[in-house]
Parts: sequence; C-alpha cells; structure tokens
Amino acid sequence: MSGLRELYQEVIIDHGRHPRNFGALPNANHTKEGFNPLCGDRLTLYIVEQNNVIEKIHFEGSGCAISVASASLMTEVLKNKTRAEAEVIFADFHQLIMHGHDKELEDRLGKLAVLAGVAEYPARVKCATLAWHTLKAAIADDPQPVSTE
Amino acid sequence: MTPNLKNLRADFPLLQQTTRGKPLIYLDNSATSQKPQSVIDALNCYYSNDNANIHRGVYELSERATREYENVRLAVKSFINAAHAHEIIFVPGTTAAINLVAQSFGRSQLKVLDEIIISTMEHHSNIVPWQLLAEQVGANLRVIPITDSGEIDLEAYEKLFNARTRIVAITHASNALGTINPIKKMIQIAHAHQVPVLVDGAQAFPHMPVDVQDLDCDFYAFSSHKAYGPTGLGVLYGKEKFLEKMPPYQGGGDMIESVSFTKTTYNKLPFKFEAGTPHIAGVIGFGAALAYMQKVGMENIARHEQALLAYATLKLLAIPGLKIIGTAEHKVGVISFVLDGVHPHDIGTILDDQGIAIRAGHHCAMPVMERFKIPATVRASFGVYNTEADIDALIAGLHEVQRLFN
Repeated sequence: MSGLRELYQEVIIDHGRHPRNFGALPNANHTKEGFNPLCGDRLTLYIVEQNNVIEKIHFEGSGCAISVASASLMTEVLKNKTRAEAEVIFADFHQLIMHGHDKELEDRLGKLAVLAGVAEYPARVKCATLAWHTLKAAIADDPQPVSTE
Repeated sequence: MTPNLKNLRADFPLLQQTTRGKPLIYLDNSATSQKPQSVIDALNCYYSNDNANIHRGVYELSERATREYENVRLAVKSFINAAHAHEIIFVPGTTAAINLVAQSFGRSQLKVLDEIIISTMEHHSNIVPWQLLAEQVGANLRVIPITDSGEIDLEAYEKLFNARTRIVAITHASNALGTINPIKKMIQIAHAHQVPVLVDGAQAFPHMPVDVQDLDCDFYAFSSHKAYGPTGLGVLYGKEKFLEKMPPYQGGGDMIESVSFTKTTYNKLPFKFEAGTPHIAGVIGFGAALAYMQKVGMENIARHEQALLAYATLKLLAIPGLKIIGTAEHKVGVISFVLDGVHPHDIGTILDDQGIAIRAGHHCAMPVMERFKIPATVRASFGVYNTEADIDALIAGLHEVQRLFN
C-alpha cells in the first residue's frame, strides 16, 4: 500500500467523517480542551471515571481527518479500560506512530494500528496525538489547556 | 491574458529537485520565495571575497564591504522611489520594521486613550506590535471591518477617525485573502485627518511596482526573503521628517555618534536605527535579488502573476465543492480556498505526496479565519517561476484528494 493510501485508508476516512462517541457528556468528571495551534484543530474530551476505570469517554470538536479519526478510535478503545491500561496503550500508540510498523505493537493495539501510516508523515504526528495528550491531561486533572506546541 | 514570461524555473536551483519522487511544484510564495542562482552566488562571493565589518574599518576590505552594503541601500531607494537613501533602514524583516515603528514612533507619540487603526485582514505581525504598544501606553486599537469578498469597508474606515487617532497600520496586500487594498486612497483619507500611515508591504513588494512617493505613505515595510532574497533581512522605509524625530529603537554599536556615561549622542539617519553589525551578507544578496527582479521587470512580474491568478481561479472554480475565500476585484497571486468535506491539512498532505507545496492553516491571520467562520484554508500563492503547468498539477492533485475522500 502506498504511504498516502495507507494514511487515508477507509477506516480513517470513515471515522473522520462519522466520529464515534461524539458529543458532550453532561455527567463527566473530567473535561479537558486540547488545541493544535499549528492547524487550528480543537477538541474537548469528556470522561466519566469510576474507581479508576474509564466508564464513558466522548469528545467533540473539529479538525482534520487524522485528528478526528484518532480521537474517535481512542474513545472506542479506551472504554472500560483502567487508567493504568490507558497509559500503556498511549505509550504503545505513540511508539507506533513515531516509528512505524511493528508487528508486536500492532497486535497489541488492535484497531488503533490503522494509524501506523502517520509515521511516514512527521508533520501529522501532532494531529494523531492531540486527543491522547488531552486524555493524559484530563485524567491528571491538569488545570492548563493542552497545546501540541 | 496568458503568462508572458519565459519559463524562469531554470534560474532557481532548488526547483530542480524532486520531492516524494515527483518534481517539486512550489506554490507557497506568500510564505517565502526561492532564490535565483545569482542571489546564491552573491552570498557565496561576499563570504569568499569581501567579508569584513562595515563602517569602521580603515582597510581596503572593509571599505569594499561598506561600499557594497551602501550600494544596495541606493538600489532599494531607486527601486521604491524613495526621496533619500537615508530613509531606507535595514532591519531583520517586516515584523522587525513594524515593531520598530510601534516602539519608536508609537511610544514617543501615543498617550492614554489615543487610537491606532488597523484592519481585520492584517497578518499577526501587523496586529500584535500594536497591541503591545496599546498595552504599554494605554491606547486603543480600532479595527476596520472587511466585506464578504474580503475588501476593506472604506466607509467604515473613514468613520473610525477622530481627534485621538494617531496612526493607521494597513497591509498593502493580504497574505490570507490576496486582496490588494486601495492604500493610496486610504493614505489620502488618513492624511486629511493629519494621521500618518504605515503600510505592510510584505505581500505586495515582490509582486508589483511600488512607488512610496506616489503612494505618499509615511512608512513602508517589506522582507527580502519573499522577494527572492535572503532570509533575516527586511527594509523599513520612513519619511525623513518622522525618522528624524523618532528616538532609537535599539542601542548598540554603529547607532551612536559618541558615548560617555553622562551623555550619549546618536548617529544620523539611517544608522541611528541600525544598531550592531547588520546582516551584511543578506543585504548584498538582496541587492542581487533586486537586480534579478529589475531584469525581469516589475510590470512583467505583475502581469505574469495576474495571468496565473486568472487561470487558477477559473480552473479551481470548476472543481465541485470548492469555495474561494477572498474574491476581491484586485488581488495578488494568492488564492485561499476550502473544499467541502476535506480539512485543509489533509489536502496539504495529499498534495505534498504529489510534489506540490502549498500552505494549509490560518496563515497567521486568525481574525480573517474568524471573519469567514472557518478554521483554516488551503492557500496557493504564485511567484515569478510558476507556470500554467504548475496550476494544472494543483488541479490534478485536488482531483486526487476528492478521489481519496469519496
């Protein structure tokens, strides 16, 4: 698959267009805004966490296909995961999009592995990680808004 | 109207490369321009043969460097038809030029509740220096609205003037919309209220003849790197009557006449505003860029880019779902657009894959994006070396975008 075809494969375009878990969660106990000043992408993450488990996770905002798809896939994968599990998944995901294909990582990451193609486009790493950086700050209840810069 | 210039691509070594396996098509000239071989040679020649500090050496080498540096000042003076060479100040760029005027003229002239007029279409570099000044002296910013086509609302502009208006800072051409503003008329209106005008010429100077005396602007700022010259250099033109009265902006070597701990006296114009060792190599390289533009001819450059603009506008509008942002009657070769259902950043990546360099984002003009209620645009901007074939490649690239996304 060519780099570009891989980057814009169907799953990514689909999630970019029809993001899952989209919209505010009124009973969220963590809410966080993320911003990528380079391209203007913005999102707000809403999390309902009980006993260290992410019971519900939603987001809203606008951005490029990569950032919206990454946020959408993230919310699907992290539902019912513990904080510690979420942190491990982020570490694996970050490794994958920085360094590209790695069979072992891709097996562990499941559907998130569709974003492996981002590694070939370093300028887009920030798009793919915006939701994840926002997540990290949200569960740490960091009072500062998240910026990728 | 068809482009009338012969293909100048061969003069620019950088354009001979391939990127992502495709020949490079460079359409981001509003951000920076590529350099002709003659500019690269001038830099090389300066460092290989003529490098010395200027204005103080008693040896032949320093005299030679000083002569070359000052010759470029004379060349800039004729290029923009300034009345005097000492009205040409070399600075690090347009941004530095605007900051110089805001801090030197602004801080010495503006007081609490005085007013500064700027417009909605300014680049951040013609907004933030005035905001800083406004905070420092307690002045207020007044902003000229723009119309749906991206033009200055002249009626609203005229109404902004009052007894507290102290300066107007307006762009000659918008980097995000392409609009060429009627600055001659705007300057006349400001002068009728005894208000001086600074013109941000970064996006205009490389693309059309500029005559500062005909415009009657009080300050005109532009950058070398957008006009085929080196980065790190720009010019502030200012009328002698203002520059003479303005206090120095930065202190240091070369800008003084004599220094003691009780009293320092300042050097005369233009040196009063050129503290420290300037970008000598950059100035000399810029001299070669001016010579290049002169050889091609500014009228020819303008005509060529206008023809490309007309061709590209027609071709782009034929793409379903594409909307051009900025449809002013008079534009430089800058086209901002959005495409239904695809974010500009994704378009940028897909075009890059085909060797096409365009800009995607807010173009350092966030208030413009807010005015048009969009997060970002795709921007193609033309230079002297672009051709209709480059635009055809852009159009083909956009079809590829639509194929991937549909």
